[in-house]
Amino acid sequence: MADKRVDEPTGTDFVGHEWDGIEELDTPLPRWWLIIFYACIIWAAAYTVAYPAWPLINSATQGVLGYSSRAELAEDMAAVEAERAPLRAAIAEISIEDLPADEQLMQTAVQGGRSAFIVHCVQCHGSGAAGSAGYPNLNDDDWLWGGDMAAIEYTLIHGIRNPNHDETRISQMPAFGADGILNDRQIADVVSYVRTFNGAEEASAASARGAELYTANCAVCHGENGGGDQTQGAPNLRDTIWLYGGDRAAITNTVTNSRFGVMPRWGHRLDPVTIRMLAAYVWSLGGGETAPTVPDDEGEDVAEAQSNEPG
Amino acid sequence: METLTMKVGSLLLVAFLAFVAAASAADSGFAVHMWIVVAAALLATFVIANKADFAALARGGAPKPDQSRYDDDPVRWGVIATVFWGMAGFLAGLYIALQLAFPVLNLNLEYTTFGRLRPLHTSAVIFAFGGNALIATSFYIVQRTCRARLAFPGLARFVFWGYQLFIVLAATGYLLGITQSREYAEPEWYVDLWLTIVWVAYAIVFIGTIAKRKEPHIYVANWFFLAFILTIAMLHIVNNLAVPVSFMGSKSYSAFAGVQDALTQWWYGHNAVGFFLTAGFLAMMYYFVPKQAERPVYSYRLSIIHFWSLIFLYIWAGPHHLHYTALPDWAQTLGMVFSIMLWMPSWGGMINGLMTLNGAWDKIRTDPIIRMMVMALAFYGMSTFEGPMMSIKAVNSLSHYTDWTIGHVHSGALGWNGMITFAAIYYLVPRLWARERLYSLRMVNWHFWLATVGIVLYAASMWVAGIMQGLMWREYGADGYLVYAFSEVTAAMHPMYLIRATGGLLYLAGAIVMTYNVWQTIAGRSRTEKPMSDAAFDPEADRPIVSPQTVPAE
Repeated sequence: MADKRVDEPTGTDFVGHEWDGIEELDTPLPRWWLIIFYACIIWAAAYTVAYPAWPLINSATQGVLGYSSRAELAEDMAAVEAERAPLRAAIAEISIEDLPADEQLMQTAVQGGRSAFIVHCVQCHGSGAAGSAGYPNLNDDDWLWGGDMAAIEYTLIHGIRNPNHDETRISQMPAFGADGILNDRQIADVVSYVRTFNGAEEASAASARGAELYTANCAVCHGENGGGDQTQGAPNLRDTIWLYGGDRAAITNTVTNSRFGVMPRWGHRLDPVTIRMLAAYVWSLGGGETAPTVPDDEGEDVAEAQSNEPG
Repeated sequence: METLTMKVGSLLLVAFLAFVAAASAADSGFAVHMWIVVAAALLATFVIANKADFAALARGGAPKPDQSRYDDDPVRWGVIATVFWGMAGFLAGLYIALQLAFPVLNLNLEYTTFGRLRPLHTSAVIFAFGGNALIATSFYIVQRTCRARLAFPGLARFVFWGYQLFIVLAATGYLLGITQSREYAEPEWYVDLWLTIVWVAYAIVFIGTIAKRKEPHIYVANWFFLAFILTIAMLHIVNNLAVPVSFMGSKSYSAFAGVQDALTQWWYGHNAVGFFLTAGFLAMMYYFVPKQAERPVYSYRLSIIHFWSLIFLYIWAGPHHLHYTALPDWAQTLGMVFSIMLWMPSWGGMINGLMTLNGAWDKIRTDPIIRMMVMALAFYGMSTFEGPMMSIKAVNSLSHYTDWTIGHVHSGALGWNGMITFAAIYYLVPRLWARERLYSLRMVNWHFWLATVGIVLYAASMWVAGIMQGLMWREYGADGYLVYAFSEVTAAMHPMYLIRATGGLLYLAGAIVMTYNVWQTIAGRSRTEKPMSDAAFDPEADRPIVSPQTVPAE
């Protein structure tokens, strides 16, 4: 073992150990390896002087650069907030009906609203806001609870059919079948009648029977001619847009069991400006309605007219 | 006779106790597990009683096994178990990769959701495939490099079968929804206790064998195995400290809470990579590479320096898994700088492995097993550069929570751990079953190319996916608002997920070729084919030193 033997192909000395035929060479540490290793150690030591690193008894060394990840985050956030502040203040200030007219403000609001929408709303309404069964499409001009800026904002703040919230938008269609108000035959007739509104079915004996039942049971909310009523979220039955489907089976199911779609309220989760931006974004998608221009003195009459309409 | 009675008696006692536990279980998952224990204990009783040589016992003592040969039974079982669990783990991996691309494959069953199959995949490849490979090769290597038979042969057999029981309990537990929700440490308290017993037995066998060695020095592979066994014991015990809700139920609560809990978990998780997947597999590399290349190890000095620096530095690097979280800044800094310092110590192993081929580089052309080893070392080097780089906070702020991490893990796991294990299996099988050669070396070459292309597809697609994901998440518009919805990012990943699944399919295909090759070799067949070069083997020299000729020097 003591004799120095040299490995022929590499010209390096053997160490002299041997295990199961495996020997080891006495090659020195590769210089580049050692230099990089030392450089990493020196860099690491310097880094721990610059940044918070060494634990002490009650705290840790703070580092000469005075860095902290929380302060860095706060700084970044403050910078973004400061940049957005003037426009946000302007959006908060302006009357919501006037917002669409201010092109620059509106554009900012739509951008911010889109950003909030893809975080909070796409789960139900889809990333293109096209909705799906039970979740309204926001691109069209068919609105359950109103499609002007103020109505959308109200819906966002208070939600739809939220429990334990007095200002939430609420209405409930009776479950005509499940509660025994109408029998299956009668429901089939009503469905036939409802489907004549948009021409999905031809008028028939069944729809004629259904018309009477409709007037007695449905017209109070959906209107005599099926036009719906946004003040109580009663859908328009005359168009071809159906939240839960417009075929016989889906409508029969709706009339029999009713539906109770819920949207969360965002007033306590998002700040007022973000909600306003969301309203602007949803409004801008294509179907936004202009607010009914109602002179103050006529307000009462209009409200009266609306409440009288179904009757 | 007494030992036989004792063994059978205690196994029946275990079966009885497990039966009682199953009957009074607090939840159905625990009951299922206890029934598995009853079945395992009864099966072991049956096998032991059936195999006992009663005539020999009556004459007073069973015949001693041949002391002039190494004790290779547990190694042979271990090789088969490695191949078996490898196939299971790769298949599970391919399936969950497809689930990410096609969610319908969750099948709407709780047992087959991604959340339950994912730990099944990770545990199957790390602990079942990797763990069996480590136990088998460590038993093989420690005997040869100590020129001594295994200490405590009975205990060695207990280690093998006990470890398989651990795997079965862990895997069935995942499917049943039994988990303590700690990554890579999902099994619940009673399975952890069982693994502790098995692991301590493993340590006793391994250290006992080193203690009775006939060589003056301890070979470097055994240092790495020792570091692996001792550190994993420490990590496993500390990370799994928990209080069971009931001794008859599967649920427990961790002894740690909040950020301390998270740090303990990632101290464990990171060092499972460091000591299980790095140190343990480096030990395999240090034996099989010089044996297959028939060359001396490149540098003894480098092996000493990189061993000690690796095990000293690795243990502190865990906090880099918790950058920009509730973890205090000082701990994040230390996790990062220790990871950077770890770069060269990790590369020491790659240098020592690759440079061992000095004077035998031509074998990369002619010997497919060497080719696999070189590819393993190349991926080892790449992953151990990528790791420190990703631990830098600026890089981590982009890469964290993205599929880049998945790509990083798999370039290490498929490239390094997988390839070096396949090479070791190809080295071991003809020697363990006394075959002249493998059924087919050309199939090894096929396996090499299938696996390599598979890894390249996998890693490249996940790098692209991860960086894309990170950039899309942080993309702000000119107005200072986020541009993409999370669902849009997910949709953008779809093509990458398909490429990843293709890579996984190729890797699995390579493993199927290996399984066939190993099967045929064990069956004693050899394919008629143009020969390729392979390392020489002399079965007569492959023997322990029986009479104590050399007294250990240290």
